[in-house]
Amino acid sequence: MKRLKAFIKKEFMHIFRDSRTMLILFAMPIAQILIFGYVVVSDINDAKIGILDKSKDVVTREIIYKLVASGYFQISDYLIHENDIQALFRRGDISMVVVFESGFGTSFNKEGEANVQLIADASDANTARLLCNYAEGIIYQYSLEQNKLMGYANHLNTEVRMFYNEELEGVYMSIPGIMAMILILISAMMTSISITREKEFGSMEVLLLSPLRPMQIIVGKVVPYVVLSFVNTITILLISVFVFKVPIQGSVLLLLFVSLLYIILSLSLGIFISTIAKNQMVAMFISLFALMLPTILLSGFIFPIENMPFLLQALSLIMPPRWFVIIVKKIMLQGVGLMYVWKEMLILIGFIVLFLVLSVKKFKVRLL
Amino acid sequence: MIEVRNLKKQYGDLIAVNDVSFSVNEGELFGVIGPDGAGKTTLFRMINSLIIPDSGSVSLWGLNPVTDYKAIREMIGYMPGRFSLYEDLSVEENLEFFATVFGTTIEENYHLIKDIYAQIEPFKKRKAGQLSGGMKQKLALSCALIHKPRILVLDEPTTGVDAVSRYEFWDMLIKLKQNNITILVSTPYMDEASKCDRVALMQNGHVLMVDTPWGIENGFSTSLYGLKTINKYKLIQFLRSSVSCKSVYPFGEYLHYCDKREDVNEKILIEELKQAGFFDAIVDEVKPGIEDRFMELMGNVI
Repeated sequence: MKRLKAFIKKEFMHIFRDSRTMLILFAMPIAQILIFGYVVVSDINDAKIGILDKSKDVVTREIIYKLVASGYFQISDYLIHENDIQALFRRGDISMVVVFESGFGTSFNKEGEANVQLIADASDANTARLLCNYAEGIIYQYSLEQNKLMGYANHLNTEVRMFYNEELEGVYMSIPGIMAMILILISAMMTSISITREKEFGSMEVLLLSPLRPMQIIVGKVVPYVVLSFVNTITILLISVFVFKVPIQGSVLLLLFVSLLYIILSLSLGIFISTIAKNQMVAMFISLFALMLPTILLSGFIFPIENMPFLLQALSLIMPPRWFVIIVKKIMLQGVGLMYVWKEMLILIGFIVLFLVLSVKKFKVRLL
Repeated sequence: MIEVRNLKKQYGDLIAVNDVSFSVNEGELFGVIGPDGAGKTTLFRMINSLIIPDSGSVSLWGLNPVTDYKAIREMIGYMPGRFSLYEDLSVEENLEFFATVFGTTIEENYHLIKDIYAQIEPFKKRKAGQLSGGMKQKLALSCALIHKPRILVLDEPTTGVDAVSRYEFWDMLIKLKQNNITILVSTPYMDEASKCDRVALMQNGHVLMVDTPWGIENGFSTSLYGLKTINKYKLIQFLRSSVSCKSVYPFGEYLHYCDKREDVNEKILIEELKQAGFFDAIVDEVKPGIEDRFMELMGNVI
C-alpha cells in the first residue's frame, strides 16, 4: 500500500510539473466544450419560414402576426399545397413551414381545439429544434392569452414534424456527445502516453525490476487520472448548465457515477493501448485515430445512428461512447433514473472488465 | 554465487549472446568488457530476469531468473545503460520514490549510499534532468543501492561520463565490496578492467576469456612492439602487406605490432623499417595491456 501511495504521488508530480500535460488536461476540455457548444448553439433571428394557411381566418392571421412580431421569424413564402414543402426545403430557402388545418379558427372557437403543424427542415438539426421550440412557445402563449380573454379552456394542438432527420440530434443533444469525446480522449490518451513514456525513457526497466506488481503499476498510473478526469467532468457539467443552460433533469449523483464509470472505462482503454504501443508517438496516434474519429462519427454524437448503413450501425455497438451518450441523454434530458439505464451501465462495466483483463494479461513483466 | 551456463539469445538472424558460460563469486567485482554491440546488455538482462534466454541457464544463489523472477527482483539492484530515473523529479524525490517502492527508507540504508549520495546531496532539490552526467550516475547508483541489494547489476555505468567521474565511480564500486555486495558491471573501456577482480572479455556475443586483469595481460603470447613514426598510416599499410606481420593496430600515438618470427628483436625491426624508407621509426618492446590481449583474442575469433 505504501508502495502504491509512493507511485501515485510520483504520478501526480509528473502531471503537475509538466505544463503541456496540464494544458491538455484542463485547458483543452474547457476550450473544446466552449467551441463545440457555441458552434452548435446559435441564436435565431429572422429565420425564413413558409406559411400554409388552409383556413385564412382571424385566428390564423393573429398567430402569424405573433410569429412575425416575435422577431425570430420572417415569412418568405405563402404556400398553397403541401406538395410544395419538399421543393422549398430542397432549395434551402426556408427552414420551417407552419401548416394550419382548414377551418382552424372555427374549430378553435367552437370545438375548443385546433391543429397546427410545424414542419422543419432538420438537416440542420439544431436550428430545426430551436425554431420549433420557439414557434410552439409562441402558439402556446397565444392560446393562453385567448383563454384568459374569453374564459375558455381551448386547446391548440401543435404537431411537430422534422424532415430528413426525424430523430433530432443537436443542441442539448450535443453536450453528452462532447462529454463522451473529451473524457475518452483525455483519459485514454493521457494514461497511454504516461505509461509508454516510462517505456521510452527506460524507467519501465527499473520499475519492472522493483517489487511493484503489474497491478500496482497500472492502478498507480490510473488513480491520478481518475481524479483529474472527474474534476473535468464536473467542469464540463458546470459549463453546460451555466453557460449553455442545458438542464440536468435527472439525478446529478447518478450522472456523476456514470461519468466515473465511463472515465474508468476510458482509462482502462488507455492502459490497453499502452500495452500495444511501443512509444509515446504510437500511443498518441492510436488514441487519436482509434478513439477520436469513431467517437465523433459512430457514437451518434453528430450523425444519427439510425441513418447509418447496417455495417456501421453494428460497429457503433462496440463503441463505448455510444452507450455513455445514451445514458447521459436519458439522465440529463429525460430525467430518468437507474431503472432505465442499468442495461447500458452494465455494458460499460463489461467494457471495463474486458480492457482491464486484456491489459493485465498483455502487461509484460519482462522486456521481451 | 552467479552461474551462467551456455546462455544464448537470438534476435532474428542476429545472435546477441552465443553460448556464454562463466561464474561470479560472492562479493566479487566482476567486469564484462567489450565493444558496443558485443551483447553485454542482453547478457545482463537475462541475468536480472528482464529477458528470457533462448537456451542455457542462469542461477543466482540457486534461483532461476525465468521461474523465480519475483525473488530475484527483490535482491537485485539494477542500473540500466541509459539514465532512467525521473528527470522531472528532484534528486531527493527520486531516491525517496525508489526507497519506498523497495519497501525501505533513505534513513535505514543511508550508510550504504553515504559516500556516493553525500556528493550530490547539496543538489538534492535540483531536478534530476538538470544534473551533469557524473552526478546522474551517482544518483542512479544511489537509487539502485537504496534497498541493500545482494547483487548490483550495472550496465555501462561510466559511458558518457568524464574521466574524473569515471575514476571516482570505480573507487565507489571498490568500496561497496566491503558491504559484501556482488557487483556485475559492463563497460566498453578497456582501461577500467584493471579495477575489477575478474573480467570477461566479450565480442560478437561470445565470451572470449574470463580471468583476472593480471591473468589476461600475462596471457599475451608473443612479444609486443610499440612503433612510432611520423607517417603512421603508411607504416600500417607497409606492415600489413609484409609476410612476417602477425598483427598491427594503432594504439594512441604508437602502432602495436607483433611479428610471426621467433628470432626478431627491436634492432632487426628498425633495420627493416629503415630499408623500407621509414628513417624516423622508433621501435620499443612494450608490456601488453588488456587491450592488446583483447585485440589478440578478437583476431583469433575473426
